[in-house]
Amino acid sequence: MLGKLDWSAIPFDQPIPLIAGAVVLVAILAVLTWVVVKGHLPYLWSEWITSVDHKRIGVMYILLASVMLLRGGSDAIMMRIQQAVAYQSQGYLPPEHYNQIFSAHGTIMIFFVAMPFVIGLMNLIVPLQLGVRDVAFPTLNSVGFWLTATGALLVNLSLVVGEFARTGWLAFPPLSELSYSPGVGVDYYAWSLQISGVGTLVAGINLVTTVLKLRTKGMNYLRMPMFCWTTLASNLLIVAAFPILTATLAMLLLDRYLGFHFFTNEAGGNVMMFMNLIWAWGHPEVYILVLPAFGIFSEVVSTFSGKALFGYRSMVLATMAICVISFMVWLHHFFTMGAGPDVNAIFGIASMIIAIPTGVKIYNWLFTMYGGRIRFATPMLWSVGFMVTFIVGGLTGVLLAVPPADFMLHNSMFLVAHFHNVIIGGVLFGAFAGFEYWFPKAFGFRLDERWGKLAFWFTFLGFFITFVPLYIAGMLGMTRRMQHYDVAAWRPWMIVAAIGMAVLTIGVICQIVQIVVSIRNREALRDRTGDPWDGRSLEWATSSPPPVFNFAFNPDVRGEDAYWDMKARAQQQSLERDRPEYQDIEMPRNSPTGFVCAFFATIMGFALIWHIWWMVILGGLGAWATFVVFAWRDHDEYVIPAEEVAAIDRVNLEERRDLVSMAGTV
Amino acid sequence: MAMTATAGHAHADPHHIGVVIEHPGPASKRIVTAYGFWIFLLSDIVMFSCFFAAYAVLSGQTAGGPKGSEIFEQRNVAIETVCLLLSSFTCGMASIAADVRNRFWFYLGMTVTCVLGLIFLVIEFREFADLVARGYGPSRSAFLTAFFSLVGCHGLHVSAGVLWLLTMMAQVFAKGFRADVLRRIMCFALFWHALDIVWVGVFSVVYLLGSAA
Repeated sequence: MLGKLDWSAIPFDQPIPLIAGAVVLVAILAVLTWVVVKGHLPYLWSEWITSVDHKRIGVMYILLASVMLLRGGSDAIMMRIQQAVAYQSQGYLPPEHYNQIFSAHGTIMIFFVAMPFVIGLMNLIVPLQLGVRDVAFPTLNSVGFWLTATGALLVNLSLVVGEFARTGWLAFPPLSELSYSPGVGVDYYAWSLQISGVGTLVAGINLVTTVLKLRTKGMNYLRMPMFCWTTLASNLLIVAAFPILTATLAMLLLDRYLGFHFFTNEAGGNVMMFMNLIWAWGHPEVYILVLPAFGIFSEVVSTFSGKALFGYRSMVLATMAICVISFMVWLHHFFTMGAGPDVNAIFGIASMIIAIPTGVKIYNWLFTMYGGRIRFATPMLWSVGFMVTFIVGGLTGVLLAVPPADFMLHNSMFLVAHFHNVIIGGVLFGAFAGFEYWFPKAFGFRLDERWGKLAFWFTFLGFFITFVPLYIAGMLGMTRRMQHYDVAAWRPWMIVAAIGMAVLTIGVICQIVQIVVSIRNREALRDRTGDPWDGRSLEWATSSPPPVFNFAFNPDVRGEDAYWDMKARAQQQSLERDRPEYQDIEMPRNSPTGFVCAFFATIMGFALIWHIWWMVILGGLGAWATFVVFAWRDHDEYVIPAEEVAAIDRVNLEERRDLVSMAGTV
Repeated sequence: MAMTATAGHAHADPHHIGVVIEHPGPASKRIVTAYGFWIFLLSDIVMFSCFFAAYAVLSGQTAGGPKGSEIFEQRNVAIETVCLLLSSFTCGMASIAADVRNRFWFYLGMTVTCVLGLIFLVIEFREFADLVARGYGPSRSAFLTAFFSLVGCHGLHVSAGVLWLLTMMAQVFAKGFRADVLRRIMCFALFWHALDIVWVGVFSVVYLLGSAA
């Protein structure tokens, strides 16, 4: 009846996951009770859960990422403490639990923190920057978000019901095959990634179509803000790479569920095929994450230097070059696995070549700052901090791209330090810069600068205190994923890294305090004009938060830096922009399709993990029926009358009038 | 929709000298939907290409089991291919009927497409069942693993296509040729034709090359 599921799945003998799970459960129940008692449930349901508004969905993506960041961060803290104490002893985490933690940490940080954070920012901002009212497929957008949330839910469920994979975040076979991992851990891993992967693919298709087909009048390709270009590149990579992940995990699941022989040791299976396939997805994946961050830095550096982006066209070229070359370097993840010197040389050179467009970008940002009037607001601090940190990470990456050096450093703590150096220094700093920069656009008030700067400095310093020791430990021969060790020379560095982790944690706390303080002081921090940073692109041309229709009129773009140009123009014409007649606006209606579909996907995923076949069929039928019901509805749009549009727009125009008369005077 | 060359705006665009071709603005819903679906099909083809690659890697790994030439029956594959190619034609007829809002020809085209798709699925299912009965199931060898997965993945797509086809017929029956229904019919047709293209790949790589070896 319930497949493999019984009471032995609950880890009653392990206090840590049980207590953590109980705390999370209590927190969730408390929030739910509060929501219901206070009567917020109808609001949440109609304005957020069923929303197909790209801004709301973007915010929900970022919320999901933030919550999961705390989960993945807790895993990181536990690992750093374990390695600080586990010198010639077992530490406090038993091996099977430690292995689950590092696997969950990697999986969560990549799939449920970095991905939703950048997809959330792209969702929130790209339609605004393109001057349009929504993404190409609003309801599918909601489906994509909720499927991602389903994946996150399943990963967290594994904490208390069953176990998570002990195989590392990419579940290499033969370890991940049934003979070596008989439990449900790998199944939790694979099904949560399959389901959230569908969500990511949907988001990718949606954003590619949005950028290529839904630009406002005059928004030629070479007038798009840099963030739109990097969004395009990143989502092209999603469309081309995520199906590879889906296929690879499907093969692994077929091996595990039906006794196939893709990656087994027996009957002619080929383990190296898994390595090739997973990294053919995995390497583009890191560029899927970092390209949007590059776009954010381009926007921030240009805005806070008061200058147009230096070398816009070279930036576009560099972005698209990275997009293409990122598919030609995957083998550098396994130089040591016997491909031979010629193959290794080719992939080593390709990996070094990709540093060139990245270098072009760094110089472009530096030259954008050169001669500019720089304001060191929090987003700019994250950007400058990124440049310093990312160069270090990039250079160690180039070092690892040299096959002979890689033979020494492969699978060492040096590698761990390298990829954290680029992912934290690149993606996470970028996400935080974007968060600080666009927060006023999303919510209508700025974030507290003092706590923001504190958060930056603690995170920045904490990062180096944590990861420089890991570089050194790697040089001293320490391999990754060690539950305990006996080498005295590594010990001091592990202790320093644990102290660095504490500093990083203070940075995270500062950021939470920043949000709380800013919400309390929101009246003082209110952004009335919609343009708090003297911005250059179209998202600043509408109010904060923007009305549901984004723009009363689709803007007519005349050049790069569209909004900057408008401000300058408005000043020349002494403000009197002739507004044409306001017209009715049609917007897509909210729909619970995404939420209901994800509900059935959760049931189906859970049933697949535990081999409850009748429930699998039920979940599948439910998901299909949801789409049929959606397809059957007769009214998919509603109309906002012209008078209402006019009223909303005039309020914002009044607020903006003074601002426009002062800006654009460089 | 006119692409206007406006030299007047050139001063705001320092990289252009003289002629600027203005982007006309957002595309129509029909274009956007079809474009997005094309992107999805491309991603689907990337997924198929992984299974093709796996087949290429594993096709020699018979582990003492049968080779392709020992189990493939060309007559069945020929019938399957004819069914699928014909169904593409009838699917095209149904699309034309939908464009001219002719219900009768639409239903007829879709029905024939459905029947041809089902014949294809039955033949494939019998081929699979026969192999399993002879002890040549997917867990026999890596070659059979790759064979069942690649051909089965295509078969699953065809099954999903049949389910979609029936849903579309029901939608036309209930809602008529509404704009959104027409867009979905267009997407379905793209899907069905794409499966045909994939089948041409399966036919060539698996059955033709496999029978020769």
